[in-house]
Amino acid sequence: MSLIRMSSPHVYKANSTANVMRLVLLATLPGIIALTVFFGWGTLIQIAWAGLLAVTLEAAILKLRKRPIGFYLRDGSALVTALLLAVAIPPFAPWWVTGVGVIVAIAIAKHLYGGLGQNPFNPAMVAYALLLISFPVEMTRWSAPFVLNGDGWQIASFTDTLAAIFGSVETVWYDSFTGATPLDELRHRGGLTNEEAWRQSRVLSEGIGAWHAVSAAWLMGGVFLLYRKIITWHAPISMLLALAICSAMFYGYDPDNYAGPFFHLSTGATMLAAFFIITDPVSSATSNRGRIIFGAGIGVLIFIIRTWGNYPDGVAFAVLLMNLAAPFIDLYSQPRSYGHQKANKGQGGKA
Amino acid sequence: MGKVFAFHGGIHPPENKKQSTRTPIRPVPLPKRLYLPLQQHIGMASSPVVDVGQQVLKGQLIAEPVSRISAGLHAPTSGTVVSIGPHPVPHASGLDSDCICIESDGRDQWIEHQGLGDYTRLEPAELIDHIRQCGIAGMGGAGFPTDVKLHLGDDHIVNTLIINAAECEPYITADDMLMRERADEILGGIRIISHLLKPSHVIIGVEDNKPQAIHALEAALKGCELNIDIRVVPTKYPSGGERQLIKLLTGLEVPSGGIPADIGIVCQNPGTVRAVYRAVTFGEPLISRIVTVTGDAVAQPQNLEALIGTPFGDLLDAAHVYENKLYRLVMGGPMMGVTVEHDQIPVIKTSNCIIAASIDEMPPAPPEQPCIRCGMCEQVCPAELLPQQLYWFAKGREFDKAKQHNLFDCIECGACAYVCPSSIPLVQYYRFAKSEIRTEEAEQRKSDHARARFEARQARLEREKAEKEERRKARAEEAARSQKVRKSAESSGVATEPTQDISALKTAAAVARTKLKKAQKALDAARDSGDGDIPALEAAVQAAHTSAEQAQQALEKAEGVKPTAANIDTKQLKTAAAVARTKLKKAQKALDAARDSGEGDLSALEAALKAAQASADQAQQAFEQAESGAAAGTTGPDLKQLKTAAAVARTKLKKARDALKNAEDKGLEGLDKLRATVTTLEQKAEEADKAYKDAEASAGATEAPVNQPVPVDLKALKQQVSIMRTKIKKAETALAGLEGEARSQAEQALEELRQRHAEADKAFKSAEQAQLDAAAAQGVDLKQLKIDAAMARAAVTKLERSLAKSEANDERASLEAELAAARDKAENLNTTLKQHEPA
Ligand code: SF4
Ligand code: SF4
Repeated sequence: MSLIRMSSPHVYKANSTANVMRLVLLATLPGIIALTVFFGWGTLIQIAWAGLLAVTLEAAILKLRKRPIGFYLRDGSALVTALLLAVAIPPFAPWWVTGVGVIVAIAIAKHLYGGLGQNPFNPAMVAYALLLISFPVEMTRWSAPFVLNGDGWQIASFTDTLAAIFGSVETVWYDSFTGATPLDELRHRGGLTNEEAWRQSRVLSEGIGAWHAVSAAWLMGGVFLLYRKIITWHAPISMLLALAICSAMFYGYDPDNYAGPFFHLSTGATMLAAFFIITDPVSSATSNRGRIIFGAGIGVLIFIIRTWGNYPDGVAFAVLLMNLAAPFIDLYSQPRSYGHQKANKGQGGKA
Repeated sequence: MGKVFAFHGGIHPPENKKQSTRTPIRPVPLPKRLYLPLQQHIGMASSPVVDVGQQVLKGQLIAEPVSRISAGLHAPTSGTVVSIGPHPVPHASGLDSDCICIESDGRDQWIEHQGLGDYTRLEPAELIDHIRQCGIAGMGGAGFPTDVKLHLGDDHIVNTLIINAAECEPYITADDMLMRERADEILGGIRIISHLLKPSHVIIGVEDNKPQAIHALEAALKGCELNIDIRVVPTKYPSGGERQLIKLLTGLEVPSGGIPADIGIVCQNPGTVRAVYRAVTFGEPLISRIVTVTGDAVAQPQNLEALIGTPFGDLLDAAHVYENKLYRLVMGGPMMGVTVEHDQIPVIKTSNCIIAASIDEMPPAPPEQPCIRCGMCEQVCPAELLPQQLYWFAKGREFDKAKQHNLFDCIECGACAYVCPSSIPLVQYYRFAKSEIRTEEAEQRKSDHARARFEARQARLEREKAEKEERRKARAEEAARSQKVRKSAESSGVATEPTQDISALKTAAAVARTKLKKAQKALDAARDSGDGDIPALEAAVQAAHTSAEQAQQALEKAEGVKPTAANIDTKQLKTAAAVARTKLKKAQKALDAARDSGEGDLSALEAALKAAQASADQAQQAFEQAESGAAAGTTGPDLKQLKTAAAVARTKLKKARDALKNAEDKGLEGLDKLRATVTTLEQKAEEADKAYKDAEASAGATEAPVNQPVPVDLKALKQQVSIMRTKIKKAETALAGLEGEARSQAEQALEELRQRHAEADKAFKSAEQAQLDAAAAQGVDLKQLKIDAAMARAAVTKLERSLAKSEANDERASLEAELAAARDKAENLNTTLKQHEPA
């Protein structure tokens, strides 16, 4: 009798990396829909374009690195990276901005470091940060929510949007469909108090609902991921709490000059970051305790950058900074193992 | 019902338990042949006490335990021993190991046996010894000899006895069915164990997926006088892990590296408890167990009561296996079980389940993908480790970090691998890392040891010179004093306190032995895993051995100073001899394996073998001497023992001869070696025979000569003998010249003379022997010492030669270490010899 010889365990949970990625993609659906509803077709076009490019690029690089292409492509991680980048950049960003972003994310931030699982930085955030620094104009020209464009569902038509991204359109068109984000407005209010800024800016007074809605959509997706146990609560909750506490403290101290916690939580990329970006397992801390520290660090950094930094939204930089700190956090956040009095600290052995 | 706590992690794999609980437990038809591995438990393998061809009865002891942590083996049915040798066994390594094969005679005839009656009236030690004699070892997991656990009450305070009936692994229902059907027997076992351990509380931990078992237990417990709780824990793997269950039931954690008894807890499995009951109540040794036979590839999944040693094939037949569907055969559960490659592998004391899985049921693991650090493994790890970190460290060979991340607290439960979305065989990585770390540590120890030894040797040489003189003086005094002491002891009949600090020496000897054991274990582990620097480890073992021997010698010497009334610990010596024999056997096996495969360092192995043989012989001799010494003082020598030894030697000889013949027939290589082996064995057999006969002959005679006062003038005797011899010669010459009647007279005279000569000769020899005995009584056996010294010298020469020959650097290093050890030993022996040789 010839029987197979294998080591235990002999059964596995039906669970695969591809499955994880599929669920993540599924969880982004509410956010994508909200973005499309409020800001037009741009998001969808960006996703399609970025996804196509990412998959092609990934295949090419895998071929160069002589890895089985089909096997690695199927894990879907390239698609997830492309999607996160595409929803983060402005919907009307020109094609080459997205293109550069995808190349940076896939080729440099991911494969140059050794591919999936080896990258110390979140690829989408590396790309985003680089784009923000290199092309500040394109990257801060966000589309205006439809409510600001008149009555009814006034969004730029699909063909116009395509043209805006892949060709060129007149500036007038651009100006009529784009605008600043609430974070921008608040940042560049020029000495006005919160209340005055609110009264002056249509984006703040009328358009902000769009951002709230999008944030709520990301939150929904996040809850789904938590429910399916794809992510754990540690990093997102601690990040949101840290951000809320910081902003509440400053808002309580000086409500005229600092935005309130609700504003911080429900605008910009806060929710997207909390549930989809900082939960990227590869570049975050590994233990539960580590993730709490990691998330809290990001929350604090986001608040600092938003409030005193040069850029309106600090998510990308905050995430990258904490990515940098993650290995260090890991060293000092080992759980206390069964049968041990206390947790081990440090790395043990030579670095 | 008390509170149930929680442990971190855990998973919920499909249970697959229903299939095998539909029918009651059924016995397996008597198999034709039974294969009984000598090692079914943790500890030393047992040593056979039957010969090939011998008839055995059901329940007869066929292999005895060889050390404290070991378990005996009994014939599961009546029949004939047809072979003792390697056979595939259920072990993760997939290697063969020694088994006793019994061909059943179909009569299933019991040996005479009976229970202990009222065990509460017995001494606990007696009761525990009975349980040990019945070969009971843990039947749930690792197979730890039960009697050892029952001794835990001696040096731990045991306040809780936990019966681990969680049975959390999918598929397995053996304990479940046992509880349903034999709850009263389990309770009986609990009573016995409680009597021994005296816990204040007994907790039976059961998972909530066994309602019928819980019911049966509750019914059995009604009116029970003990403080027993049935605690139902939620179904979650691995709640049946000893440490996890303890956490679940008590909220306490077993300290890392400790045992449950450290926190006052002892765990037992229901099967074991029942075996204890049957052993105590009916005197039945552990010869059968309940095995779950299940999986998609059998038509009737069920629980079978199988004799230990039943080949899996018989069980599968009993459950109607579909040969064509069978893809993977797992012994144990799907999470931690091991696959076996063919169906002649036997049931052992720990085989709780056999899963005959189809390919759909347990498909091959999907290919490994990169770790995405998703952390799912961490969420399920019951030991609260960081599995993915451990994986990175194992993969990158960063073992220091792995250790720092508590790799050794991993219980290899497989929960992490089960959930890993990247299908990484995490547990395999951990096993690899663990074995690598163990090897590394052993090497480190070895080099430290060698350095320490070199330094110590230098220091010692200096010291010895200085001490030599002093010792000589001291010895003279000592001798005088001991003489006096003995006299006074003899007159008063009371042993006086020995002057030297024996207990300190004893401790030293014990420490040395422990070290030796550790080294041996490392070596064994290395051999099992097949990697690691085996020769180096062997050298380490030998070094440890030497130091252990030295310590032992020192101890014996010191003890020898005690009056002869102080008995030599023959039991200890016996164990030592047995251990040495086992080692010898192991070495032999390794050598054979190496020869078969044609690879491996043959010469090193041979050297190891020789060393093992030497030590086995020494141990045996020491034992025999001690025994005969003891016998001289009290009763006759243990003839039976000697007889067995002789018989064993003969069997070995026969085997070797057969092998030789075989080899000759086939014209194989290595004939010379085999022949040499046969010759040595022949010699040994003769020796053993002689020893036996001598002992037999002297059994009657011992009383007289030995009790005579020892100081006889040897020289005078010798002279007398030689004078007599001369006279005889003269007479013979004279006789040649004589004729007729004178001749016949002369012949008579001559005859008389001869007789007298013979008598004188005998007297001389017995006197000489008496002197030797006296020396032995002082703890020094000249002959032995001489042999030892010669042997040590030979070893040194041999090592020197092979050192000169060898070129490879690391080999040289290990050889050098060995050489240093051998030289030390030789020198030591020489000094001792010189001290004791009559001036
Ligand atoms: S479950 Fe697998 S993929 Fe996820 S972190 Fe653990 S080892 Fe990596
Ligand atoms: S196999 Fe080890 S690391 Fe994995 S879950 Fe079990 S105890 Fe934790």
